[in-house]
Amino acid sequence: MTTTSAPTEPPVQRPVRRIGDRVFSGGARIAGILILIVLAGVGAFLVVESLPAITASPEDVPGEGGLAAYIAPLIFGTLLSALIALLVATPLAVAIALFITFYAPRRIAQPLGYVVDLLAAIPSIVYGFWGIAWLAPQMVPFYEWLEENLGFIPLFAGPVSTTGRTMLTAGLVLAIMILPIISALAREVFGQTPALHREAALALGATRWEMIRMAVLPYGRSGVIGGAMLGLGRALGETMAIALVLSVSGGITFNLISSGNPSTIAANIALEFPESSGLDVNTLIASGLALFLITLLVNTLARWIVNRRADFSGAN
Amino acid sequence: MAKRIDVSDLNIYYGNFRAVEGVTVSIEPRSVTALIGPSGCGKSTFLRSLNRMHEVLPGARVEGKVVMDGQDLYGADVDPVDVRRQIGMVFQRPNPFPTMSIYDNVAAGLRLNNKKMKKSELDDLVERSLRGANLWNEVKDRLDRPGSGLSGGQQQRLCIARAIAVEPDVLLMDEPCSALDPISTLAIEDLMTELKDKYTIVIVTHNMQQAARVSEQTGFFNLNGVGQPGRLIEFNPTEKIFSNPDERATEDYISGRFG
Repeated sequence: MTTTSAPTEPPVQRPVRRIGDRVFSGGARIAGILILIVLAGVGAFLVVESLPAITASPEDVPGEGGLAAYIAPLIFGTLLSALIALLVATPLAVAIALFITFYAPRRIAQPLGYVVDLLAAIPSIVYGFWGIAWLAPQMVPFYEWLEENLGFIPLFAGPVSTTGRTMLTAGLVLAIMILPIISALAREVFGQTPALHREAALALGATRWEMIRMAVLPYGRSGVIGGAMLGLGRALGETMAIALVLSVSGGITFNLISSGNPSTIAANIALEFPESSGLDVNTLIASGLALFLITLLVNTLARWIVNRRADFSGAN
Repeated sequence: MAKRIDVSDLNIYYGNFRAVEGVTVSIEPRSVTALIGPSGCGKSTFLRSLNRMHEVLPGARVEGKVVMDGQDLYGADVDPVDVRRQIGMVFQRPNPFPTMSIYDNVAAGLRLNNKKMKKSELDDLVERSLRGANLWNEVKDRLDRPGSGLSGGQQQRLCIARAIAVEPDVLLMDEPCSALDPISTLAIEDLMTELKDKYTIVIVTHNMQQAARVSEQTGFFNLNGVGQPGRLIEFNPTEKIFSNPDERATEDYISGRFG
């Protein structure tokens, strides 16, 4: 456009947009807004419904020690079981993903990938049954060994649960449940490592493991963290498996192999809700709000970790 | 440093497909050898077989002999990893590790070969390599920044610095300038002229002027048709190839009558 001295408004130019383009962008926008509305709705429900429990006097809350005393062990149990699951599942999932992408012969790699993915399709209650009926009894001798030899570590102080329904068993069941999520994402990002960078490492005289360390793992780092956070999200919210496996009694303890364990938020809601009414329900919902906030925090943290070294991500 | 390579009766396969057939050639030390020819004629495949990068692809294999100063690179007891430590490679597209800083990129190969190197020693080698690649002055103030933030030409020189940091005997370059602008290309060509005092350099190029400018010897690859294996048609001093080639096909190619 040439500059004109006349003070008249320049004609408004609308970019030409096709109808399909407008429909699609409108549809995408609605979908985006919808998810925000749903999320806000859930958040608002949790806040409103938990207000009576938050403002109630401590004696009225179940346990009669106040809301904080009621929820604290639940938060602790939730975080501890999820942490165990994450610590066990992440290295295992990364190893599985590396094996499938780089080491397994192609004939084996694909079926193996399917089998791991299949783990995700098993309903969580089945995991719960498996945990209580098979895994827990199998673990008892191992726990006894732990107590005998590593009992000086508070984690394994005992006394050993005779049923094996301990925090560690619950964490292991959770680990198997979140394994497919993490390994699927890790497999995806490892497979996408550009051949360019893999060859750069090999041409420098890297062995396959060195190539993986130089080119594949750093490249897949954010993907693995993302997968781990998705897995953590599932572990934090897992209900049925924990409700079945974990033998609940007592409060906060780091003892992983005894029968006195704090419950988790989700399992506690599932177990208590049918018997609850009035303020008890509000209390349970308040614990749900706490879980909601924890999950939000965890995701924010993960995003921060991923972004911290964005310059080096290879995306630029 | 700077070893000669003797290739005899080399056949290169991808699975059952014979990509390159019957190559016999001697590559002189301390010189630049250029490989030219139309796309798909097997010159890159041949180049990659010299440092055993070819066999990275599943099903790829080689028949024949590649001997570097008396050492058979395809001998039964030879580890391809060792071969690649002696024969460096620069690729068509600049490929610095995106997750590493400029410094770490150059140090990557050194750290593979020698885990326990003193920091000061490593600093010296990184500086020397970057100077060797004519990049030091441009990056010395930002060695801790990602290598992927450099321009294409700088990235390619970073890759050259990374390759020469481990002091290989031979440097293979697979169309190192095809993704670069003319100024960066010139910088790389000047660099090759400097590097050939110390290294044996083999370069694949589509740019015939480039072959004429930088190389002492030139090999012309060609193939009879699609699905046929590529062959080394002619190997002669560069001057002869570009003025008075022995083969008709070579003359046709360099004068642009086909391909």
